[in-house]
Amino acid sequence: MSLKQCEGSRAVAEAVALCRPEVICAYPISPQTHIVEALGEMVKSGELQPCEFINVESEFAAMSVAIGASAAGARAYTATASQGLLFMVEAVYNAAGLGLPIVMTVANRAIGAPINIWNDHSDSMSQRDCGWIQLFAETNQEALDLHIQAFRLGEELSLPVMVCMDGFILTHAYERVDMPTQAQVDAYLPPFVPRQVLDPDEPVSIGAMVGPEAFTEVRYLAHAKQMQALELIPQHAAEFRKIFARDSGGLVRPYRCEDAETIVVALGSVLGTIKDVVDEMRDEGHKIGVLGVVSFRPFPLAAVRDALQAARRVVVLEKSLAVGIGGIVSTDVRMALSGLPLPTCTVIAGLGGRAITKASLHNLLHQAQRDELEQLTFLDLDGKLIERHLQREKQMRRSGPLAENILRDVGVVAARIA
Amino acid sequence: MPFQPVKFYQTGTFTVGNRLLAPEERSVQANMQRTNSLNSGHRACQGCGEALGARYAIDAAMNASNRRLIAANATGCLEVFSTPYPETSWQIPWLHSLFGNTAAVATGIAAAMRAKGRRDVRVIAQGGDGGTTDIGFGCLSGMFERNDDVLYICYDNEAYMNTGVQRSSATPPAARTATTMPVGPEPGNVFGQGKNLPQIAMAHNIPYVATATVADLHDLEYKVKKAIGIRGAKYIHIYVPCPLGWGAASHDTIKLARLVKESGLFPVYEAEHGVVTSVSRIRKRVPVEDYLRLQRRFAHLFGKVPAVATIARIQAMADHNIRKFGLIEEGADR
Repeated sequence: MSLKQCEGSRAVAEAVALCRPEVICAYPISPQTHIVEALGEMVKSGELQPCEFINVESEFAAMSVAIGASAAGARAYTATASQGLLFMVEAVYNAAGLGLPIVMTVANRAIGAPINIWNDHSDSMSQRDCGWIQLFAETNQEALDLHIQAFRLGEELSLPVMVCMDGFILTHAYERVDMPTQAQVDAYLPPFVPRQVLDPDEPVSIGAMVGPEAFTEVRYLAHAKQMQALELIPQHAAEFRKIFARDSGGLVRPYRCEDAETIVVALGSVLGTIKDVVDEMRDEGHKIGVLGVVSFRPFPLAAVRDALQAARRVVVLEKSLAVGIGGIVSTDVRMALSGLPLPTCTVIAGLGGRAITKASLHNLLHQAQRDELEQLTFLDLDGKLIERHLQREKQMRRSGPLAENILRDVGVVAARIA
Repeated sequence: MPFQPVKFYQTGTFTVGNRLLAPEERSVQANMQRTNSLNSGHRACQGCGEALGARYAIDAAMNASNRRLIAANATGCLEVFSTPYPETSWQIPWLHSLFGNTAAVATGIAAAMRAKGRRDVRVIAQGGDGGTTDIGFGCLSGMFERNDDVLYICYDNEAYMNTGVQRSSATPPAARTATTMPVGPEPGNVFGQGKNLPQIAMAHNIPYVATATVADLHDLEYKVKKAIGIRGAKYIHIYVPCPLGWGAASHDTIKLARLVKESGLFPVYEAEHGVVTSVSRIRKRVPVEDYLRLQRRFAHLFGKVPAVATIARIQAMADHNIRKFGLIEEGADR
């Protein structure tokens, strides 16, 4: 065991380096930058070799370079966030369709407009259906571990894997992590053997056009692969435990769920805060538990149903919003619970980096315990601000850009308080 | 892997090389041992300049790289007609990813080869003018700027042919496309727009830039061979007539490619590190009208009342090229 105090980004960079990537492409976007900076430094110093570090002109190019490298048989890695992920979307789908096991870190961040660099899950959730496996890390240790598992999983299935970690909250936090040794990683992660490779000695055509006669079948196979991942992920986590002597990954992670009446479902770093609140409420005698979802895609319907079915109510806390309907994860959770008489509420929280405080969670969960929680709740929503804006909209049909008005109101409120 | 046996066609001295030459001086395409990398039986239209250009270029590249070649291909006619699943016409490792990212995909392949120490393998990226001058321009410029070890070949047929002949930034002035109709006071595509990609490539100071047409096979093969021998970013812009999109006869493909050069409309030259190092001189100068008349996309210029002024503007463009690149030896012609 080698404990090390370092920034989350550094931990991820070192974990990626231990996986012996051969091509790394980089385009800067906050809060991802520290990861590729650290990798660039390792490649330049010769610490990480043989490895090509390509500074590209956009995220679209970053994913495209990764596609070319992976198709040519190289282990390829990149990292992105927010607008960057959206900018590369066409290539993100393409990588999955071509079955290229690229690993990409998404340092989760909100999507504009209005521009906002802070953490929520809007970016990776927008790629819900792109065909990538999506794993969410709760801590820096788990972020590090999931990257090692991601290469193994992706290459075994010939599928790309996104490791999602909360921007700033994890990427920029200094924590103690247990850094694996090269020998451990080598024992866990065999060299990349591509399913098909661009090789002059054995030419293949990759990326052919497929018509209606076979397209549905191709898409079905993509789905079947994800279903296969549902079996592999727990197996890999068990193997990981054998070599690295700690629990990491898996499909879901229940915490104090056995006898819980209320179970909170969530992803990512907010699980830490929720667990603290659950402990405190347990001390007060409330039967509350929390279910962390590690694998968002594939979504583990059976595991989620198993973990939740004995509860009396479910609260899904999400750091993203499906505008016009509500929750993204909630939809999946409801599907997992279909047929069960289990009320499920959606809580949209932490958008654009708004802090999810223990006080707010206490409040929220007490409400839930009393069955007073509405179907859709926006945690800590400033009702007065909303009301003022809606009223102005009624009076003046052309009240100008939304965000700017709200900013002005915030200014007015601040001035009045002063 | 055994290559498909060559089906051999001889259509004239300009196209497949001279059989009277010593075998080692014959063109790759005239050689029975050529790889036939883009084999016959694909679904290109009759007389397709792009299919012709790709076959010439890739066979020459295979020859020059000792059959160590990987190609990335942009979405477009070349991709669609050569690989409808489950068929492929490519005898080389070939990857199609997207419309706009071919240069970057090729960069990734080249990087993988470097990481694996495969210095013998050469990488080609290919796309049409839309995938090169428009949607793929950012990735291409990035590839040039990093001087990645890739040969990018643009097959320029001057519009989006695969989607039904819409204007691209390589469409010439006055040309009719589905989005630049021959109506109004200035019919066809407008003057003064468009991108000159070879010149833009030169502005990146990459080691090698060249233009070529499918009419001069020796020249095209020479340029591909030269490019394959150079490390770093290379760009070859090949002029490939499109019978369907241009409304030209299938048998006029080579003729059009010859006329565009002989008129001065498409200067054929080489540039190294941003400096023009050689030009292919005009052998027998022709007026642009000879070239324009063969194509329905310019038919509106030759109605009952010929658009004399417009034709003169196009002629002026050709004349400008002739002066700028020195396409005619001083004292010759005129």
